[in-house]
Amino acid sequence: MALATRPEPRTDKPAGRRTDTRTPRTALGRLWRSTIGKKTVMAVSGLFLLGYLVVHMAGNLKVFFGPAEMNDYAHWLRTIGEPVVHQEWFLWIMRVALLVAVVAHAVAAYQLSRLDIAARPVKYVHQRRRASYATRTMRWGGVIVALFVVWHILDLTTGTVNPNGEHGRPYENIVATFSTWYGNVIYIVAMLAVGLHIRHGFYGAAQTLGAGSASRDRALKATADGLALVLTLGFLSVPIGVMTGIVE
Amino acid sequence: MNLTLRIWRQSGPDAKGAMTTYEVSDISPDMSFLEMLDTLNEELILRGEVPVAFDHDCREGICGACGMVINGQAHGPERTTTCQLHMRHFSDGDVIDIEPWRAAAFPVVKDLVVDRTSFDRVIGSGGYITVATGSAPDAHATPVPKAAADTAFEHAECIGCGACVAACPNGSAMLFTSAKVVHLNSLPQGAPERETRVLDMVETMDAEGFGGCTNTGECATVCPKGIPLASIATMNREYLRAIRKGA
Ligand code: HEM
Ligand code: FES
Repeated sequence: MALATRPEPRTDKPAGRRTDTRTPRTALGRLWRSTIGKKTVMAVSGLFLLGYLVVHMAGNLKVFFGPAEMNDYAHWLRTIGEPVVHQEWFLWIMRVALLVAVVAHAVAAYQLSRLDIAARPVKYVHQRRRASYATRTMRWGGVIVALFVVWHILDLTTGTVNPNGEHGRPYENIVATFSTWYGNVIYIVAMLAVGLHIRHGFYGAAQTLGAGSASRDRALKATADGLALVLTLGFLSVPIGVMTGIVE
Repeated sequence: MNLTLRIWRQSGPDAKGAMTTYEVSDISPDMSFLEMLDTLNEELILRGEVPVAFDHDCREGICGACGMVINGQAHGPERTTTCQLHMRHFSDGDVIDIEPWRAAAFPVVKDLVVDRTSFDRVIGSGGYITVATGSAPDAHATPVPKAAADTAFEHAECIGCGACVAACPNGSAMLFTSAKVVHLNSLPQGAPERETRVLDMVETMDAEGFGGCTNTGECATVCPKGIPLASIATMNREYLRAIRKGA
């Protein structure tokens, strides 16, 4: 409801009003301070992680070609970039980039969630079910995925919690993980969470980066669904393969 | 028809409010929702009680004053303003919950009335164009491509009712702000402030305590004027472009 006169600036400080009102000087500072900027950081880091997941999932399928091929592949990963870069350097560069992306993504998610919750301090008495399951579970789904990543590293990277835990033998370690009931439960729950997260996340990232439009809306949603489905099924094929004895 | 209304009653900005139950009878299906509330208020006045405060002005769907949340939906079950919602969309014996817009940036003034001046400050920070004053220019001195005129018009339809904020789980004003940014940034007349407009309006929007967008889409679903959800993506694009240009 626009008024004809210019309203007085507000002097009181209602609940959701931000107190960090100093204007940053750099473009990056300005970006990080705004809600759209933080979403942009989430979108870029999320898409980077998504790209990584696609490659990772495809790599996992090597397990269906036997121990030699899988273990050779894992060894090759450590040689990427040689002789230009030293052995394992590429791997470590990738790990640092992934860590930076996860931290940026999680920090932006945390800060935005706090702002969003503060912006709606009073709930409606008459509640309606809103939005899709994927949309409603972004926050807790993200936390589940983060916890899973920690477990996953302890399991198949360091081998700390793996029943086999032999370095350089990922094939045997994978089979060991999926030979325990808890290994299967953890991975299946986490992969379903990743699928849901990507379903809404990919669509959201497209909107955030300004790629959305009325005519592209259906195509973007279909791409998000497709990506989520392919990734989840691809990842799930490994525990299912071990459980059914196709991989042993 | 006879209805049970459960209405949020709050005597002032700092008072504690509560849902209060009222019965209304002999409501005609041809009444608007506001006329139904008028009927209740007439009765309350006769009984010596304080009538329910609600905002309204034009009662023809163009001013955006009449916002309220009906059964958990901004402006009720139809995609229109509350003044244009008719009682034929309800049935005899219905229980109807009526609440004010809920958002940190829209504090309750009284009952169903909220303070929406935060919207005015968002508009004030960039929702204008710079024009040379003086004698009126020729009508077609600045040619506007048809497509741009259509886009601008579609977005100029926003009446600032605040339903988008009320419906958003984050109390976000992205749809409202994007309507004005897209409206003015589509036109040649809006070009001089293209970058500062989006940067300043988004900054004010954030500072007023509106939340961010999580692409839930509730806003566009309830917008009585059909501002499309994609406008938010367009504003994001304009915003990132302005940041890149270092405005
Ligand atoms: C640290 C753990 C994580 C947390 C706490 C987290 C949380 C979130 C939250 C709260 C959102 C915004 C949800 C919304 O728009 O409603 C989001 C979006 C997103 N997430 Fe995550 N997430 C995590 C991990 C991941 C991972 C591993 C990926 C990679 C597949 C990912 C990909 C994305 C993408 C692409 C978006 C969209 C960004 C946007 O909306 O612009 N996230 N995440
Ligand atoms: S009273 Fe003006 S839009 Fe409803």
